[in-house]
Amino acid sequence: MLAPAASATTTTAKDGDVVLSVENLSLDFRLRTEVLHAARDVSFKLRRGKTLCLVGESGSGKSVTARALMRIIDRNGAIAGGRIVLSGEKGDVDIAQLDERSRELLAIRGGRIGLIFQEPMSSLSPVHTIGSQIIEAVRLHTRMDKRRARERTVELLRQVEIPDPEQMVDRYTFEFSGGMRQRAMIAMALAADPEVLIADEPTTALDVTTQAEILDLIKRLQVSRGMAMLLITHDMGVVAEVADEVAVMHFGRIVEFGPVDAIFHDPRHAYTRRLLDSTVKLEQNRRAMTRPETASAPRIVLSARNLTKVYGAARSWFGGAGYAVKAVDDVSFDLHAGENLGIVGESGSGKTTLGRMLLRTVEPTSGTVTFFGDAGPLEVTGLSRRGLRGFHRQVRLVFQDPFASLNPRMTIRDIVGDPLVVTHGLGGKALDRRVSELLELVGLDPAMRERYPHAFSGGQRQRIGIARALALDPKIIIADEATAALDVSIRAQILDLLLDIQKRLGLSFIFISHDISVVRYFCDRVAVMHRGRLVELGPAEQICTAPQQAYTKSLISAVPNPDPRHKRMLHRTRFTS
Amino acid sequence: MTAHTFIDGAPETGPATTPLKPGTGPGDTAAAGQWRLIWYKFSRNRLALVSGWVILFFCFVGLFAEFLAPSVPDASRPQFTNAPPQQLGLFVTGPDGSSRFQLHVTGYAMQVDPASLRRTYVADPDQVVPVGLFVPGAPYRMWGLFDTNIHLLGPLSPGDTMYLLGTDRLGRDLLTRLVYGTRISMSIGLVGVCISLLLGVVLGAVSGFYGGVVDTVIQRIIEVISSMPTIPLWLGLAAAIPLSWSPLTVYFVITLIVSLFGWTGLAREVRGRFFALRGEDFVTAAKLDGSSERRVIFRHILPSLTSHILAVVTLALPTMIVAETALSFLGIGLKAPIVSWGVLLQEAQNVRTIANAPWQLVWPAGAVVLTVLAYNFLGDGLRDAADPYES
Repeated sequence: MLAPAASATTTTAKDGDVVLSVENLSLDFRLRTEVLHAARDVSFKLRRGKTLCLVGESGSGKSVTARALMRIIDRNGAIAGGRIVLSGEKGDVDIAQLDERSRELLAIRGGRIGLIFQEPMSSLSPVHTIGSQIIEAVRLHTRMDKRRARERTVELLRQVEIPDPEQMVDRYTFEFSGGMRQRAMIAMALAADPEVLIADEPTTALDVTTQAEILDLIKRLQVSRGMAMLLITHDMGVVAEVADEVAVMHFGRIVEFGPVDAIFHDPRHAYTRRLLDSTVKLEQNRRAMTRPETASAPRIVLSARNLTKVYGAARSWFGGAGYAVKAVDDVSFDLHAGENLGIVGESGSGKTTLGRMLLRTVEPTSGTVTFFGDAGPLEVTGLSRRGLRGFHRQVRLVFQDPFASLNPRMTIRDIVGDPLVVTHGLGGKALDRRVSELLELVGLDPAMRERYPHAFSGGQRQRIGIARALALDPKIIIADEATAALDVSIRAQILDLLLDIQKRLGLSFIFISHDISVVRYFCDRVAVMHRGRLVELGPAEQICTAPQQAYTKSLISAVPNPDPRHKRMLHRTRFTS
Repeated sequence: MTAHTFIDGAPETGPATTPLKPGTGPGDTAAAGQWRLIWYKFSRNRLALVSGWVILFFCFVGLFAEFLAPSVPDASRPQFTNAPPQQLGLFVTGPDGSSRFQLHVTGYAMQVDPASLRRTYVADPDQVVPVGLFVPGAPYRMWGLFDTNIHLLGPLSPGDTMYLLGTDRLGRDLLTRLVYGTRISMSIGLVGVCISLLLGVVLGAVSGFYGGVVDTVIQRIIEVISSMPTIPLWLGLAAAIPLSWSPLTVYFVITLIVSLFGWTGLAREVRGRFFALRGEDFVTAAKLDGSSERRVIFRHILPSLTSHILAVVTLALPTMIVAETALSFLGIGLKAPIVSWGVLLQEAQNVRTIANAPWQLVWPAGAVVLTVLAYNFLGDGLRDAADPYES
């Protein structure tokens, strides 16, 4: 039921600022056994020069709603009701009523409404130059000849702050970095001077510092052009930084709608509050509270010395030296017993390679890893294949993608039990009992063990992955972006679960992440990596509040702050190297 | 500025859905393994489903060929050479004008052109040949196990004729020969594909799993083999088969020859899948769990491949059938007395047959086309359903 205030707004007379108004939009998707109501009675208005953030977790229907505004709907879906009214000088058009192939709709798509996708990688063609793609977009919607369209494209690239636009216009997609691609994508969306800009998770695939720049850019362009913007995101921090109004979506309904300040400082719906709580929760260091007090000097369990990984330096057949990339450059650190060490860095910083080298699934070019187990120090870098198997029993990996890391063709019992079968030859009742124990340990119902992974949500799957890692009573767990694929509320739950397990089993964690807040919440010490080098290593609290190095400062200050009253990004420090 | 609005009530716990059929919940696939999910996906493809039934029908016909055929393939009646198909009727009109149920075919009136000595047949509606189910006819040995003479359909009196699809130039029943040909043509594909499958999966898996030098060597072998022109090679190899060998031995050697060149595509497919799967997280996880390479291959990788392999095999079978037909048609494949679709087509390859007895060409060709199409549709359906986990 709508609260009384809602009916008042929906009946207000038409005001001139509204560019696009969505009224009671419902979307149905036909699945194998059921009809999914992906959006139910969704209503909102986009105003000129204002940003509406549609925020929600995965499966909330935010993306399908946004795409439906341009009538991009999957084959099995349909608009079940409602209106999408686009207002203009020539009167109102109801997009929901337009024919799928009509000229009018094509003119609106990309013409009056521009769209920016999440993946700049896959939404630009790899076989055409950036310029030709934008020129095509320009010419589709305006009557320009090729030369003028090209000039216009260069101008657009200049507006999205791509350096040397005259040269860059003839470059291919692969010559652009992720952030540059997203800029090119924005230029394309702006090609026809749209009145409405829809940005579907425009910065999710980008690093924090790039994200800050892109959000900056979008915001400035929107204000200077007076566009209405619909920004879809799952990140409350981004919302706080750029939104004017916020619509919170949950399972296909807008559960709360209001000005950004009201949403953040006076949330009314229980779901909004939960979402904010889990975001804000990650702003503190939970580890500081759960850390056991130890007086004695910390015992080292794993130590890495001068680890280096060089890719591609091998000499070619003809003797010429190849092109080499130092993925990891001379990294040394120690991991103490019962400690959580975070490794943060942006994409390409070498953090994942470092994690894999500790396990030797990637062979280090040089350097050593030493493991101090019960049987004395163990030189991991010199181990045979058999010895490595024993090491892998004590140092386990939790994967990033909870969907790819579980074999979809095996039951949960087989997945969690697999290491036990392989190592201890467990079977029958004993295996069943141990699997049930492990599932209970990670907060899953043991009765679910006969199910297949596809029956579980992302968070549940990650729990299954953790149960598998715990099966062999390890000493160290390396978690590689273990929470990156999860929604924010689930993220906090998984981190709490890991902390709880750590307290019970006395594990050490190496937590690799690009997400500063996760690392701050979870870790005792943090190592910051940049271009393969370890830039800074120190206590989590110090790294996050008083970083020493210039790079760390810029990284920390680029993280969006989930409070619209204290926007962080706008006065961030920039790092140039 | 807009007002702050919100919905009352507790947050919902799941997405809103309406079942298409009442009584089916969304959770019924929770404990469904890959084959059930593949079946769900496959069964939505009507064309593939129908094709599957067509294939099953042909397999059934091939399996029970002796019983289903009205006669035996070598029984010839020289007085009925090139006789046209006879119509099957359900009711006969008696002399008193009353109609009663009697399965029958109408007989022929035959005339011989005195000048050209060519026989022409005219349907004679007065001549009724009563036909029945499970009637005794020509004796045969079922599956080489026991002697019997019961046929599914045949003329009630053994001397009568029933040529539902006509006869060939020696006066042999075409339907009988087509049914017997089904057995050979359907099974030559199976045997050939089994050998291809073994070679393809083993070499493809080795190539894909180990990579490196092993992969390079196997891939070069594949390239050499697939670069050979197949038809001249078949011709040469088939010509090298000693004439003294029995037709059955020749049949197996032909199968072997066809399959020795048919495995390369499958090996490449398997190798590609292995490459893709080798990098999957769950395979890395299995390795870190301590699984040996053999266990990783057999427990984790191959189960993910079986459905794909099945689809590839289904698509490979029709090429085998076509290859057999082509070889027999060229006269270097199967030879009489063995009956296959290719042999039937070879016998029909002259202008006189096409002009005067087109049924000898139409039915075997129709059978080949129908089977190959059905296999292709089935294979396409299986391929689309082979990975039920992709979103």
